[in-house]
Amino acid sequence: MNKTERITYLKNGIKDGIPIALGYLAVAFSLGIQAKNAGINAFYASLMSLLNVTSAGQFAAIGIIAVSGGMGELALSQLIINLRYMLMSCSLSQKIPGDTKLGTRLLMSFGITDEIFGISIGQKSYHPVYTLGAMLVAIPGWTIGTGLGVICGNILPGLIVSALSIALYGMFLAIIIPPAKTDKSVAGAVIIAMITSFVFSVTPVLKEISAGNRVIILTLIISFIFAVLFPISDEDNETPDREGGQA
Amino acid sequence: MPRILIYILVMAVVTYLIRMLPIVLLRKEIKNKTIRSFLYYVPYVTLSVMTFPAIISSTDNMISGITGFIVASFLAFRGKSLLFVASGASITVLICELIIRFI
Repeated sequence: MNKTERITYLKNGIKDGIPIALGYLAVAFSLGIQAKNAGINAFYASLMSLLNVTSAGQFAAIGIIAVSGGMGELALSQLIINLRYMLMSCSLSQKIPGDTKLGTRLLMSFGITDEIFGISIGQKSYHPVYTLGAMLVAIPGWTIGTGLGVICGNILPGLIVSALSIALYGMFLAIIIPPAKTDKSVAGAVIIAMITSFVFSVTPVLKEISAGNRVIILTLIISFIFAVLFPISDEDNETPDREGGQA
Repeated sequence: MPRILIYILVMAVVTYLIRMLPIVLLRKEIKNKTIRSFLYYVPYVTLSVMTFPAIISSTDNMISGITGFIVASFLAFRGKSLLFVASGASITVLICELIIRFI
């Protein structure tokens, strides 16, 4: 891979990272308001966002910090809520070129969020530099948004916050729907995932399960069932740009 | 060291390890068909579960949430870009809530 190609991947990553950064700005803003209510100042709230970059994880952490909860409890909450990143990391490890350097792996893994993973895995022709490009704009958006939320949480009109809040979900739909059009089993997985997620959110007992745990449980079960019933064929293998040589 | 800083570092370390270990340790292509298929489905299922039904209650009003969901799904189905779908959803919600306010 030459320098020009690398720059193209970087540019594409930055370009696709912009809507993510905008969505993050809005979500982080509301996170900042929560942090402020928990007595965390703008500096520490921003630092938390910069070092963690995990919406659900941070929302849970702020709740624990607000009541001066234990470190073990905090660690366990992060482990469970963010376990999906491990699945995403496994998935992404199969997409990156086998000769990707350790430094690149260490750096890019820091930016595995739902959204950055989503756009990365959706690329037909993919290189880790793309992910780094997206991180370059998305992480500052997340960090700055948090700080702004702490400082001026009540300035932005509710109407605007409300409109911005749906942006992230719109982006998720833009990631999952196009492949569902061409792959019937993906379409089935998407529809069943949404239906069961809805059932889990309204059924007594089941709805007590936190959103983070619901994501883990349903992802494991549904993905496994589909993997057994509708295994991908070798042509479906989504890693065409992997360097040829499996022995 | 202030306690808040310890909190932040603990969560940062746990979260980073979760993200980093698979990508650093899994160097070879996974041959097992079931595992490969499983990993293929994971992102779609995860994003679907996170999107629905949360998208409907993400806005101030459930009507604007549902409308935003329908418009975003339609735009995504038409193959529009991430930015286009995301802003389309936001603008829809904005218009919806303005209408609701003035009815």
